[in-house]
Amino acid sequence: MTQGVAPARKTTYREAVRAALREALQRDPRVLLMGEEVGAYGGSYACSLGLLEEFGPDRVRDTPLSESAFVGMGIGAAMGGLRPIVEIMTVNFSLLALDQLLNNAATLRHMSGGQVGVPLVVRMATGAGKQVAAQHSHSLENFYAHIPGLKVLAPATLEDARGMLWTALEDPDPVILFEHTMLYGLEGELAADAGPVPIDRAAVRRPGKDVTLVAYGGTVGKAMDAARALAEQRVDAEVIDLRTLRPLDDATLLASVAKTHRAVVVDEGWRTGGLAGEICARLAERAFYDLDAPLARVCTAEVPIPYAKHLEDAALPQVEGIVQAALGAVARHG
Amino acid sequence: MTTSASPAPAVEAPTREHALSLLRSMVRVRRFEEKCAEQYAAGKIRGFLHLCIGEEAIAAGVMGLLAPGDAIVSTYREHGHALARGLSMDAVMAEMFGKLEGCSHGRGGSMHLFDVSRRFYGGNAIVAGGIPLALGLALADKVGGRPGVTACLFGDGAVAEGEFHESMNLAALWKLPVLFVCENNGYAMGTALARHQSQTNLAMKAQGYAMEATRVDGMDVLEVEAATRHALAHVRSGAGPWLLEFVTYRFRAHSAYDAERYRTKGEVTEWRKRDPIALFCHRAVEQGWLAADDLTLLEREADDEIAAAVAFAEAGTLEPTADLARHVYAEGSP
Repeated sequence: MTQGVAPARKTTYREAVRAALREALQRDPRVLLMGEEVGAYGGSYACSLGLLEEFGPDRVRDTPLSESAFVGMGIGAAMGGLRPIVEIMTVNFSLLALDQLLNNAATLRHMSGGQVGVPLVVRMATGAGKQVAAQHSHSLENFYAHIPGLKVLAPATLEDARGMLWTALEDPDPVILFEHTMLYGLEGELAADAGPVPIDRAAVRRPGKDVTLVAYGGTVGKAMDAARALAEQRVDAEVIDLRTLRPLDDATLLASVAKTHRAVVVDEGWRTGGLAGEICARLAERAFYDLDAPLARVCTAEVPIPYAKHLEDAALPQVEGIVQAALGAVARHG
Repeated sequence: MTTSASPAPAVEAPTREHALSLLRSMVRVRRFEEKCAEQYAAGKIRGFLHLCIGEEAIAAGVMGLLAPGDAIVSTYREHGHALARGLSMDAVMAEMFGKLEGCSHGRGGSMHLFDVSRRFYGGNAIVAGGIPLALGLALADKVGGRPGVTACLFGDGAVAEGEFHESMNLAALWKLPVLFVCENNGYAMGTALARHQSQTNLAMKAQGYAMEATRVDGMDVLEVEAATRHALAHVRSGAGPWLLEFVTYRFRAHSAYDAERYRTKGEVTEWRKRDPIALFCHRAVEQGWLAADDLTLLEREADDEIAAAVAFAEAGTLEPTADLARHVYAEGSP
C-alpha cells in the first residue's frame, strides 16, 4: 500500500486501468478477464487494448452478450478458485445481471453459513456526459451500494484507477468497481511504481474549513472546480472523495463536518432513494449538533438522461449548482 | 422413450450389490421426505418445503455416478440430490430445523443446502439462477486442468428463463464440462409444460446450441443411470456439455401444500403407477436381482437413520442472534 517515490509519468485514467489489468494478469495466474468486447475489440473504452495479444484467449475472454450468464459464470469461477475480473460494458446493462449479483454473489456466503466465498471483481462504466441518451447514461451505483455482501468502489483519480483493482482482487468478497465514462480521458501524472491502494476509506481531496463537499466518481472533479470557484469568493471548501460507496467511511465524513459544520452532497444519481440521501441521513443521525446549516444535495434531475447536449447538461450536477448550494449553506449562521 | 440427438444407451442388469445401493438411495430420500412433511405439519420445519417424492430415481441415478471431484449446483427441490451426494441426514434435518448444526448453519433452510466439502454448491431458489454458477465452476475446473464435471440440476420451469438459454450457448461455445440435468416433472409450479413451452421436448432445445442431448424416462432408475453414464463420459472427455432431460412427475404439491387446482387426481394416480421405487423393486425381484424382503429391510434401515436425524435436529442449538451479521463478509474483512 505504498505510494511510489519513482518519478511521475504522464498518463490517463484509461491507461491506469489498463496497467492495473495487466499487472493483475501478470501477478496471479488465477486472474481472468471476461466480458463483452474485452478481447479482440480491446475493450469498449479501450481499457484492455493489447491484453488479448499479450495474455491469450484463455486469460482474456470475449463473451456473448449474455450479462446474466457471464456474470454468474464469473461468480461460479470465483467459487471454484479463480479470481475473475468481469467487465460489464455499462451499469445500464448490469441490470440484466442484477439477479446474479444480488441473489448469488452477495448472498451465497451468508446463505451457506460461511462456506462459499465469492472473490469476484466486476468492473463497469457508469455515468453521463457523452450524449448517449437514457439507456447508456445512468448512474445506478446506489443500487449496488444498497446490497449487503457487496463492496462498491468508485475510483475518481489516476491513483485509484491504478491501485484499487489489485486490492479488490485480494478481497475475499465480491467487489464492484464503477468507472465514470467521462474519466477515461482524464490526464495527469502518476508515479511510475504506483501500486495498490486501500479500498476501505474516503479521502480528503482538498482540506477546507467552511463547508464540506462530498462527491464520488465523476463528480469529484466538479466538486474540486466548485471549491476553486468558492475560494475566489473566500469560502474555504473541503472536498471529500468517498472512493468506497459500500461500506461508507462514516468517520471521515463525521470528522469533516465536525470541522466545517456544513455539508453539500454531490451525486450523479437521482435524488430520490439515492446515495446522497443516505449520506445526509447518516450526518443527520450522527452529526446533527455539529451542523450550522441544513444539509444540501446536488443530484441529477429526476429525468431519464436526454440526448441533446443542453438538456443533458441541465440534467446533471454542474459546478455552478454546487457553488450555489455551498454558498447557500455558508450564508446561514447557526 | 424418444431421444433427440443421441440414442439411449443400453441398460445392463445390475449386480445385487448395485441394485441394493440404488434402492437404498431412493428409499432414503422417500422416507426422509415423508418425515419432513410430518415435521412440517408439526411446525418443526417452516418456510417452503419442496418435496421430490416421485422423482427419486434421478437423484439416485445421477448422484451415484459422480466422482468426489465433481461439483453440483441444484435447485430448491434438492433434498434428494443432497442425500444422494452424501450429505448426512443429521445435517440436512438440522438445517430444516434452523439449527447451527445444519449443513448451512440454519441460514439456508430447505432450499439452500450446502456442503462445500462435497462440492455441493447449494440449492438455488431463483429458477435458473444456479445455471450460470455451474458454468463458472466448470470453467474453474477446466482452466485448472482438473477432471471435474459440474452437474447442473434444474426443472422444466427453468427452460423458460433467459439464463438457461444464455448458459446453454456459452457452455457449448466454450466446451465447458457441464452435465445439464433437467428434471422435467411437467409443471413449472402450477403451469403445465404445454402451457408455457412451444417445444415440449426439452432435449430438443439443445440442438439450437449444437449440444448433445438425451430424453430419458426419469422414473426408471436404470435408464437414468445408463443415460447419465454415457453423457458423463462425453463431458469428462472434454467434448463439451450434454443435456439430459429426465421425464418425471412430482407426486406431492409444489411446496408443502397447495390445492393442486392445476392437475387432476386421475393424472396423479396414473403417474403413481410408475412410482420409481415400486417399478424398480418389482423388476428387481422379478429378475432375481433382489430378494422380496429387501425393500422392507431398507425401509427399516432408513427409518432408524431418520429417527436419529430428527433427534439430532431437535437437540441442535440455535445460533445466537448476536451472530446475525456473521458471514455477510469474510471473517476479518474490514
